Amino acid sequence: MKIGILDCGGSNLNSIKFSLDRLGIDSITSNDACQLERTDKLIIPGVGASDVVMKKLSENSLDDLIKSSKKPILGICVGMQILFEYSQEGDTSCLGLLKGKVEKLKGAYEYPIPHMGWNYVNSKHKDICGYYYYANSYGVISSENEIASTEYVNTISAVVKKNNLYGCQFHPEKSSLAGLDFINFFINNS
Amino acid sequence: MLTKRIIPCLDVANGNVVKGVEFKNHTIVGSIIELSEKYDSEGADELVFYDIKASTKNALVSKSWVTEVAKNISIPFCVAGGISSVSSAREILNSGADKVSINSPAIEDPLLIKKLAKEFGSQCVVVGIDSFANNNRYSVHAKTGCEKTTHETNIQTIDWINVVQEMGAGEIVLNCMNQDGKRSGFDLNQIKLLQNNISIPFIASGGAGSPEDFVDLFTNTNASGGLAASIFHKNIISLPVLKKYLKLKKINIRNV
Repeated sequence: MKIGILDCGGSNLNSIKFSLDRLGIDSITSNDACQLERTDKLIIPGVGASDVVMKKLSENSLDDLIKSSKKPILGICVGMQILFEYSQEGDTSCLGLLKGKVEKLKGAYEYPIPHMGWNYVNSKHKDICGYYYYANSYGVISSENEIASTEYVNTISAVVKKNNLYGCQFHPEKSSLAGLDFINFFINNS
Repeated sequence: MLTKRIIPCLDVANGNVVKGVEFKNHTIVGSIIELSEKYDSEGADELVFYDIKASTKNALVSKSWVTEVAKNISIPFCVAGGISSVSSAREILNSGADKVSINSPAIEDPLLIKKLAKEFGSQCVVVGIDSFANNNRYSVHAKTGCEKTTHETNIQTIDWINVVQEMGAGEIVLNCMNQDGKRSGFDLNQIKLLQNNISIPFIASGGAGSPEDFVDLFTNTNASGGLAASIFHKNIISLPVLKKYLKLKKINIRNV
């Protein structure tokens, strides 16, 4: 088992690798599509803005890799958002593999934006339920592919799944033991 | 509902966690990695590392321990001290930190906040504000890491809060200096006065001395988190006991 981490310039590449190391799972970080093709599953990290991540992906034809790959793929945070059709962040066209758009989250006095910190994820998959760490100003509201959600003014899609594609809005690599369990959930169920 | 964050702050000097009294007489309280792992396993929601030597020596925090921390804990952490440019922030973030916190360099050049937010995203950019009350007038202090350099600026705290938010900061750590190190409770008056101008998450700092202080903070203010140092390092309160108590008091807290 080997995980390919797509290098799209974000600063959490190492955090994801360290999480996989802790689980004893072999991984490589690369922006080379051929090298990534030789792994079993892919993770798209995401720290930064959607437009920047989209640009980085297309520079190395990694957008084509994501679109054509039949391997299980997990997008994290912005890495999940770019799987949708469009993001308000930077007015960006995204990959369009999932239906829907990424929008700026609505805040309120007791709900400051960025949505930052540990929030509860609810799901009919009991093994996903728990507290995870979020750091996002944008999100998807009630995606039709949602399998877990989080309340923050609106119902935000926390985990989405369609065929081989998985996405999570929170950061499992920063969510302590719950996060490691979630990475295991992806590894074991995909 | 988002939970309230409990954030131990680790003052770092020469590779160790230290604690001083009023900027002086620093004693070593433990190794960076050991304490980080301990707080992670005990349920800390986030950690802040403050390199107390870096800013005053105009040196960037040494990044070797940042990577070691990232390898060994799986909760977010923020690094403060000596970060004064996009390139120095990049070095810290690429070493594995999730956020950088800037204070005096932002006062000298508020546009630095904007540059960092544009480059790394607002969620990475924390602005630390040291606010001091003098006859009900709250003003910003700069270079507070060292007794010799600390000084009052002519900026009112409320004005500075507005500026840092306009520049794109993702979070504010509001350090109420009058309470710092006294362990007599967070400065609720100051926080209540200033919070109406804050629309991004803010972390209250300065004065935590008992579990009740955190209850008061979270029931009376809109703070997203409470930051404390000595109470954790000196085992005055342990994180599991504190979190259990807050839960009992109906504060929304992450289960461990």
